[in-house]
Amino acid sequence: MAEAANELRDAEARFDQRIKRDERVEPKDWMPDGYRRTLIRQISQHAHSEVIGMQPEGSWITRAPSLKRKLILLAKVQDEGGHGLYLYSAAETLGASRDEMIDALQEGRAKYSSIFNYPALTWADIGAIGWLVDSAAIVNQIPLQRCSYGPYARAMVRICKEESFHQRQGYDIMLTLARGTAAQKAMAQDALDRWWWPTLMMFGPPDAESVHTSQSFAWKIKRHSNDELRQKFIDQAVPQAEVLGLAIPDPDLAWDEASGHYRIGPIDWDEFQRVVAGDGPCNRQRLAHHRRVREDGAWVREAVEAHAAKARARGARVGVEGAPDAAV
Amino acid sequence: MPLFEVFVRPRRGLQHQHAGSLRAEDAELALQYAREIYTRRREGVSLWVVRSSDITASQEDDAPAFFDPADDKPYRDATYYALPKEVKGL
Amino acid sequence: MSLLEAVVGLGDDALVLGQRLSEWCGKSPWLEEDLAMANTALDFLGRARLLYGYAEALGGCDEDAYAFQRDARDFTNLLIYELPCADFASACARQFLVDAFDALHLERLSESADAELAGIAAKAHKEALYHHRRSVAWLVRLGDGTAESRCRMQKALADVWGYHAELFAPVEAEADLIAKGVLPDRAALRPQWLAAVTATLDEATLAPPGADGRIDGGRQGQHTEHLSPMLAEMQHLHRSHPGARW
Repeated sequence: MAEAANELRDAEARFDQRIKRDERVEPKDWMPDGYRRTLIRQISQHAHSEVIGMQPEGSWITRAPSLKRKLILLAKVQDEGGHGLYLYSAAETLGASRDEMIDALQEGRAKYSSIFNYPALTWADIGAIGWLVDSAAIVNQIPLQRCSYGPYARAMVRICKEESFHQRQGYDIMLTLARGTAAQKAMAQDALDRWWWPTLMMFGPPDAESVHTSQSFAWKIKRHSNDELRQKFIDQAVPQAEVLGLAIPDPDLAWDEASGHYRIGPIDWDEFQRVVAGDGPCNRQRLAHHRRVREDGAWVREAVEAHAAKARARGARVGVEGAPDAAV
Repeated sequence: MPLFEVFVRPRRGLQHQHAGSLRAEDAELALQYAREIYTRRREGVSLWVVRSSDITASQEDDAPAFFDPADDKPYRDATYYALPKEVKGL
Repeated sequence: MSLLEAVVGLGDDALVLGQRLSEWCGKSPWLEEDLAMANTALDFLGRARLLYGYAEALGGCDEDAYAFQRDARDFTNLLIYELPCADFASACARQFLVDAFDALHLERLSESADAELAGIAAKAHKEALYHHRRSVAWLVRLGDGTAESRCRMQKALADVWGYHAELFAPVEAEADLIAKGVLPDRAALRPQWLAAVTATLDEATLAPPGADGRIDGGRQGQHTEHLSPMLAEMQHLHRSHPGARW
């Protein structure tokens, strides 16, 4: 017993040292249960957000107003699916299976970013989501590239690289609309009006009220506070809106010379809590769609499993096996 | 569906590198998915997929025994050997 | 038929199927398959743009005018491309038949006397070979999977089969372009196509669908009732803002 306790103490000390030295933790390493649980929760939530986030934009692929925009949007939504997949893979290295994570989502035990519970009502929303929501996501994700858990950090590197086109295409849509007809400009302003505040809420509750923060800092999963990241986003978005000639829907918005930051009016955290709790405009629709797709695919899953089992039974070689230069 | 690891050769002349993982029922499907997912942006010219369960990996506990012994063999590095300044081409 | 009309017809084939495939985004059985489906859709939509771009160079209108400003009666795609998908099996069944066709047709078209068309076809042919490999594998998996998947696949094939004949049906207006070596003689491709398709059906333990139906009219703008609603969805926003840039 004493020996086991000693071993555990040693493992903990090694883990703490590793974090302190800013080394990455890798899947086979010993890690505290809390660290593992926190990461599974955060990474799976992140993965769910990517996948649920496909819905509002995905609904506009078939309606995109030009062929060029249709291709760009399809490629972008596809990327989001890819990002969900990278993240599920990263979470799986911690011992959570993708099926379990998806069960948790569908049973309401796991969350996803609340922003996707708002509807994409017009084409300009596609611009606003790309510009605001993806920019906010990138501000959040850049520090995660240095997260202490190796697979998560590596997934973030790949995702950040791919997402740079997402925010650009969003801004490009907004720019085109803002310089277009009066109706298009009105559409763009309306989208900004609706997406601005929910985007600010994406960074999570104010630091004073954030539950998971301090331990995540100690573990170097999180490196900046919610308020710091939110401010960084605001400071970059406000001048971008000026270039578009669109007005940010905040009468209190003002440049604060002393701090070198923009100051904003109060965020409606009651609305945030309502949407997180399940009463956003689209929460039910998003989960219902996700369940329906999984149910519709059940027979396909069964079929591929049955086919693979038959192939194994026949001893057939499936696919082209062998990596001839692996041994070189 | 089983998990597969994906290895991508980024360019001719470079070795395959681990890119990530995916789920597929068989190797052919895994290979196709690897192409769809990990080479969307011209990242590769060749792919390997291997069932994750077929990989034998060293464990953290093995690390001291496996890797520390290499630490005290500096004589395997060229920089271990001091050369007079005038010697060129070594 | 002019070269321009022929190019627009091929562009319509690619656009209409690309649109149908893009409907799957976020709805495929699992995430990996969703990415694969989107890649296929992107290939067809990209092909449509190349063909419309060439049509514009031949004196036609721009790509968005072709895609968004024509009614169903002006579209000249073959009917098989416009059919909606009831389920994943019907998407796989149609894709299998048209990929097998593309693999042959685009190879011939890449030898067209018209260099531009040949170039577009050569690029598309590479995509088609990959699509074909994918759709053959799906046919076999679903055909030789569970009782349910076989049943769905068999039904999906029966539903789409009647439309395959149009892929090979001679269109009188094309005769001149065929004679000049601009378009391949599609009718001549059928035996080879049928042999390839039958071999895969056999491997998939699926019965060849019975009688050879023959439903056609697409190249003359005689469509099924499915095209118009699809276009309504696709064109609504574009048409709501005449003259706007996007």
